[in-house]
Amino acid sequence: MSASLATVSYLGATILFILCLGGLSNQETSRRGNLYGMIGMAIAVLATVFGPSVTAAGLPWIIGAMVVGAGIGLYLARVVQMTQMPELVAFMHSMVGLAACLVGFASYIDTSMPLTGAEKIIHEVEIYVGILIGAVTFSGSVIAFGKLSGKIGGKPLLLPGRHYLNLIGLLIVIYFGREFLHAETFAQGITPLIVMTVISLLFGIHMVMAIGGADMPVVVSMLNSYSGWAAAATGFMLSNDLLIVTGALVGSSGAILSYIMCAAMNRNFISVIAGGFGSDGGAPKPAAGGSAEPAGEVSPILAAETAELLREAKNVIIVPGYGMAVAQAQHIVYEITSHLREKGVNVRFGIHPVAGRMPGHMNVLLAEAKVPYDVVFEMDELNEDFPDTDVAMVIGANDIVNPAAQEDPTSPIAGMPVLEVWKAKTSIVMKRSMASGYAGVDNPLFYKDNNRMLFGDAKKMLDEVLVALMKD
Amino acid sequence: MSLVIGVPREVFAGEKRVATVPDVVEKLIKLGFKVAVETGAGEPANFSDDTYRAAGAEIIDSAAKLWATADIVFKVRGPSSEEVGLLREGGTLISFIWPAQNPELMQQLAAKKATILAIDALPRTLSRAQKMDALTSQAGVAGYRAVIEAANAFGRFFNGQITAAGKVPPAKVFIAGAGVAGLAAIGTAANLGAIVRANDTRAEVADQVKSLGGEFVKVDYEEEGSGGGGYAKVMSEGFQQAQREMYAKQAREVDIIITTALIPGKPAPKLITAEMVQSMKPGSVIVDMAAEQGGNCELTEPGQAVVKHGVTIVGYTDLVSRLAKQSSTLYSNNLLRLTEELCKTKDGQINVNMEDDAIRGLTVVKEGSITWPAPAPKIAAAPAAKPAAAPVVKKASGHGHGGSGEPMPAQKIAIMFGVAAALFWLIGANAPAAFLGHFTVFVLACFVGYMVVWNVKPALHTPLMSVTNAVSSIIAIGALVQIAPPLTVSIARPDDWIRWLAIGGIVLATINMFGGFAVTQRMLAMFRK
Repeated sequence: MSASLATVSYLGATILFILCLGGLSNQETSRRGNLYGMIGMAIAVLATVFGPSVTAAGLPWIIGAMVVGAGIGLYLARVVQMTQMPELVAFMHSMVGLAACLVGFASYIDTSMPLTGAEKIIHEVEIYVGILIGAVTFSGSVIAFGKLSGKIGGKPLLLPGRHYLNLIGLLIVIYFGREFLHAETFAQGITPLIVMTVISLLFGIHMVMAIGGADMPVVVSMLNSYSGWAAAATGFMLSNDLLIVTGALVGSSGAILSYIMCAAMNRNFISVIAGGFGSDGGAPKPAAGGSAEPAGEVSPILAAETAELLREAKNVIIVPGYGMAVAQAQHIVYEITSHLREKGVNVRFGIHPVAGRMPGHMNVLLAEAKVPYDVVFEMDELNEDFPDTDVAMVIGANDIVNPAAQEDPTSPIAGMPVLEVWKAKTSIVMKRSMASGYAGVDNPLFYKDNNRMLFGDAKKMLDEVLVALMKD
Repeated sequence: MSLVIGVPREVFAGEKRVATVPDVVEKLIKLGFKVAVETGAGEPANFSDDTYRAAGAEIIDSAAKLWATADIVFKVRGPSSEEVGLLREGGTLISFIWPAQNPELMQQLAAKKATILAIDALPRTLSRAQKMDALTSQAGVAGYRAVIEAANAFGRFFNGQITAAGKVPPAKVFIAGAGVAGLAAIGTAANLGAIVRANDTRAEVADQVKSLGGEFVKVDYEEEGSGGGGYAKVMSEGFQQAQREMYAKQAREVDIIITTALIPGKPAPKLITAEMVQSMKPGSVIVDMAAEQGGNCELTEPGQAVVKHGVTIVGYTDLVSRLAKQSSTLYSNNLLRLTEELCKTKDGQINVNMEDDAIRGLTVVKEGSITWPAPAPKIAAAPAAKPAAAPVVKKASGHGHGGSGEPMPAQKIAIMFGVAAALFWLIGANAPAAFLGHFTVFVLACFVGYMVVWNVKPALHTPLMSVTNAVSSIIAIGALVQIAPPLTVSIARPDDWIRWLAIGGIVLATINMFGGFAVTQRMLAMFRK
């Protein structure tokens, strides 16, 4: 294959990737979009393997490596539970990050392309930045994976003076960057490169450790963005436009998602990255108190009474949260939904942008449980309908239905857009206990007169509700 | 020691309700109380002594004994003078009292050093109090029953039908006053298939009327008739004139009129005159729910159903008792909720907490001293706080489909362009041509990505992430080109090192590539309509 042909193939692949992302704009075209992505990727890989820059000597190695990788990848894709999607995505980000590091190192120790002057400097900057981003993505994703899968606690780890630690890390990275660029020989250059890699790894760990569970959607989408920038940096390093374009597409996609997630929590991107909830320092919880400590009585409800309320209702909105994912309750939710819909009850789902642990997490779970997507709505689409709703059922969500966000300007989550379930005639909150959500903010919703609490494991309770509904 | 709740038989003539039904007895016992019921108390409402016994109540065979045993007495109607005599010194009574209309009764009760909670004195505007609002629950029953009485007296179907035996026009029902009873009547009549119209001096109920399937008929005159506390007030002469004309018009058109107009502490307004009755079609029905307060119709005879000018005028004052089982159940649930408020500790003791707005309002006599009327409940603080919070929400909800939001302020845009221009100049001045080519591609790709991704539905954000993740495994190409490049110049190159690093890169990237696409496919296959 000639160089021109390879370039044209790359162009084709680029277009297919753009169509792939474009196809995801709605459910009907999304499958085709994914197909475009696959074809684009196949074209890109084949054009490279049979292109001018790979000789036949490399083929056995390439095929061997790809078979191993494909086997592992397909296996993971098959066994993963839909509730574990955030973990899988975080895991995959770490793969891209690590691959970017490896390619960067390989590119540095490859001395076959003698460069001089500005070109050499730019090439080395590209290597340096590429490995930096790759390493941060890798270690950050590993920690995110640990947090999402519960192997590492979800609470933010706030080291004293963590902003200074980050600043010092940055200065060291810049200093060694200078050293690296001035290095005459390979031996002189590799030391700063390794030091920088270690610091980047530590930085990635530190950054994600400091972020609380509620901010995970931002982190996951941010790491998604980083993995794109890592690919783009590699493209610069290797003078490969396909990598640059694809990396940029992925990078901007992740950045937009991060922005959407931040907006959905009314948080500033910087403050999420800086870590912790609340502005700065140790004690966000007591700061919330004082002015508006929610007072009053919590009215518990039984599963049978819940079933009765649902049966009598005309309009029901279900608001799922991370608790539904944890309890694996989406299937039983679907059964209740279809049962009620058969009886003519208008059941809809209200999804908050940050419900769950990654963007769109709830939609995937509901889709898995066969809930038709035309009854699943975004927050903005049905928030005005709550006053006409008979029953709003909150399953394992807390902060996203907290009226304090609108009513209490001193609350740490003040101004965050929330689903206004308390405007429904009755709201039912399913929760294991009275513990507060990830934001550590007490929820005045629980004390409202029209709110009922259904305590217990979401799946078990919903099972009971379903049994009660089926009875007659 | 837990207190005894006593439920006597109602002594008022024609009263069939009972203050506590067996289901509620069980729940009261769970709250720690003992319950004593006079024999036959539930009989008129179809609750036998046995069902009370089964629920855990003690059946007591005489009223005198019951009143003597009970620490707290649950009743429906206010006590008769004999009953006041039976009430224990320092005892507690919960029932309808109507303190404004019954000043002597109040004096007698106070003399007994009793504590009296008048369920009718509940502050109804308190949302927390709704579960205890017996006026509402009973009015709802009455409204339902009024329609049933009308249907009984009316000689035709309510709903329109086209049958083999001919066409039946739907009945037209006009309901005067859309309070709780009126609204219940609207809903019931509409459910039976009638064409329902309703009027109320309070304009804000128009939506409620519509929501129940009724049509709101406006009086052609501007005046707001809301008198506070959910009741209407007396209207001006001009308004009343316009209202009379409207009623006269409706009387000629409709088949059934149900009137529910009441003004607290005053005789019921005369809305339907004798001429209007005369103008109605023969066989029409008027149900006057205000009969007890004199009636909304001039020809109403309280307690009777009479036919005048061919129109049946139903003036029953016991509509609620005519549905005794339902009204008793609702009333006793109201009392149960009240008891829960009084007994938060669930230990069979009550605490008449005068700090609590709802209980303060209910308590008309406290240990012998008259505490009625209660001061206005202090709830004004809540609405005042609202405007401050609202703008915050508005601002925050401005996210969503990006570019379409509000345009940025010009100053901000200018700064952004300035920074971008400076950056470009810096790059253009220093970077070699080869880099610039790539840089161009990079910047344009960022823009394409930005435009494309904003169109992605939030529901598809997870698939978006997994697909972009799969796409970012394009980094495999970086490793592929390193593994065995054609070497033109023979320069020493640490082949082994590079190869193993590249192979590592390929493996990792392919895991991602195949895993990412496969899992995206799996996810997207689940989305269905």
